[in-house]
Amino acid sequence: MSAVSTADTLRIALVGNPNCGKTALFNRLTGSRQKVANYAGVTVERKEGRFADSNGRNVQVLDLPGAYSLAATSPDEAITRDVCMGKFPGEAKPDLLVCVVDATNLRLHLRFVLEVQRLGLPMIVALNCSDLAQRRGITIDRARLQKELGMPIVETIAVRAGGTQTLVQQLSLAKPAPPPALPDGSDLHAIVNRMLSNSVTMPTRTAAVDDALDRVLLHPVFGLAILTAVMFLMFQAVFSWATPLMDGIDAGVTATSSFISNLMPDGILRSLIVDGIIAGVGSVVIFLPQILILFLFILALEESGYLPRAAFLLDRFMVGAGLTGRSFIPLLSSFACAIPGIMATRSIQDPRDRIATILVAPLMTCSARLPVYALLIAAFIPAKTVWGIFSLQGLVMFALYFAGIVSALAVATVMKMWSGNRAEHTLMLELPSYRLPSPMNLALGLWERAAIFLSRVGTIILTLTIVLWALSSFPAPPAGATGPAIEYSLAGQIGLAMQSIFAPIGFNWQICIALIPGLAAREVAVSALATVYALSSTSGDAESALLPLITAQWSLATALSLLAWYVFAPQCLSTLATIRRETLSWKIVAISAGYLFGLAYLASFITYRVALALS
Amino acid sequence: MTIAKDPTTAPSASLLTLAYNEQALVRAVQATSLHDPIARRLRELGFVPGEPVRIVAKGPVGADPLLIQIGFTRFALRRAEAARVLVETAL
Repeated sequence: MSAVSTADTLRIALVGNPNCGKTALFNRLTGSRQKVANYAGVTVERKEGRFADSNGRNVQVLDLPGAYSLAATSPDEAITRDVCMGKFPGEAKPDLLVCVVDATNLRLHLRFVLEVQRLGLPMIVALNCSDLAQRRGITIDRARLQKELGMPIVETIAVRAGGTQTLVQQLSLAKPAPPPALPDGSDLHAIVNRMLSNSVTMPTRTAAVDDALDRVLLHPVFGLAILTAVMFLMFQAVFSWATPLMDGIDAGVTATSSFISNLMPDGILRSLIVDGIIAGVGSVVIFLPQILILFLFILALEESGYLPRAAFLLDRFMVGAGLTGRSFIPLLSSFACAIPGIMATRSIQDPRDRIATILVAPLMTCSARLPVYALLIAAFIPAKTVWGIFSLQGLVMFALYFAGIVSALAVATVMKMWSGNRAEHTLMLELPSYRLPSPMNLALGLWERAAIFLSRVGTIILTLTIVLWALSSFPAPPAGATGPAIEYSLAGQIGLAMQSIFAPIGFNWQICIALIPGLAAREVAVSALATVYALSSTSGDAESALLPLITAQWSLATALSLLAWYVFAPQCLSTLATIRRETLSWKIVAISAGYLFGLAYLASFITYRVALALS
Repeated sequence: MTIAKDPTTAPSASLLTLAYNEQALVRAVQATSLHDPIARRLRELGFVPGEPVRIVAKGPVGADPLLIQIGFTRFALRRAEAARVLVETAL
């Protein structure tokens, strides 16, 4: 054993097939006493928690990634294998393994139990979903199966309060002896079949409700129609339910900054706190409601078993573009914000598919682009009706969203053609039984997402915000200066220097300056423009004051060019930081930033030149 | 993708030839190369000789992927993956 555990702590690990209810069991055992991080050096989620057994002994439990086999085919499965074998650097070999099996899917899950048994560690089998099995008329002779497997079996119902009592009691007993090893070369499938015929009776192979639901939800026509309706409802919720909450956060941020402004004397410290930290962090925190509503939908759809169905329906479309059905969920999340979207690519097991998805995720129109789009559309696109029913402004907004999706598909297709690797990409995706999402699992999942998002705001985004504040504030304007302060700052000087590069795409120096603080978050560009045009950014309603100014001073070609720029440009350092964190590769960061800036420049150039030629 | 057939044994078709909901038994999983991780994984997922198998849904475009019921589990397999599974239909 690579580490000796202390006498009063038991270290256990939960292992099992995907969809065995392992994580629900983990949540039920540990409640909120969990710690989510990454395994050292890889981006596989490491979940650890603790609870007390019946004797009050501390039990430390590791929720290992789900695996179909110890012959690993993905980074997740390799982690499970290495930790169980005590080979993963920095992870002690567990004292005991709890192998979680779904009582309604024993045929598949018992095979994995037999594979794990070969490791020679003490084991307990948790027969999960025993209530569902009972309801489906499945009877399991637990005593007999226990004897055949040579390890204790406890029945658990992870979705019910107290449903893990049997497991906790079993853990309080003396540690069971490691199960006897199977002879080498045994046919695991044959052994499982023998055990099933001896100890289990199963009236039907499938649940009637799954058959009925799949007939409708996976229907080539109705299935796609229902998926479209679900997506529509979700976007409706993200953009309309979140509005009051976002207004509330906005008001809170404004109130805080004016409160502190009144409290502190004018000076650098006040500027740092109010203009730098509160304004910068506030501009990102405002997206928390949208992100939480989006994740509530995604978690509920995932728990219910619907999301893998969506991946099934869309796989062929995505493969055509060099992605996979599994890319659907991350790309969907990216419409709220690319950061959770890129984090969600962890569910894509094929590393090539995962990188392709990460690279195109920033092209989805995230909600931070909305303020910029809204400002420019209001300023330059006339509010008239075309073809009788469509608002021209609405059509332009739609075109911008559409441009993002089409370019993502195009970029993925080009990457597919370029990559030399012709090895087959796999799907082999399990569609689990439908179940009702449990409120406890939803709440824990949401809490986890919120914590990750807020900790990022507190670290990376806070740092970048301070750096950008410094760039825009120093050096201070010389005495008697007439222009806005930002013009004399480092950011201003960089903006003026950038002008020669951006003149061919129609950007004036004010836009160039605004692009620099706009690197922290896209929508910051709006308040930065207001600052450049010598408006007070703390007046709250910068947009409406800015509107007539830019309408008067910019050409339509410049405005359209800036819109095209925002479809592509990675004007979001947090996204690049997330890509770095999720891929652990600066090369991927350089590739994404490079191709996105390149596309942005190209699109703006074409837009600007065409608009000039037509006007 | 083509499936090499051995003329000396009884003819067997790939999973792709099954009709919707047609009952069949797995005969073998055929590897396309010496080390075919996909074939190995299919066997681990329960595609072993004698297991009942059927197609329970087909993808909306080109019937790809296929949803396969094997044992008590449903797996979505792309056509290239399903082609590796040889089946015999019950008489």
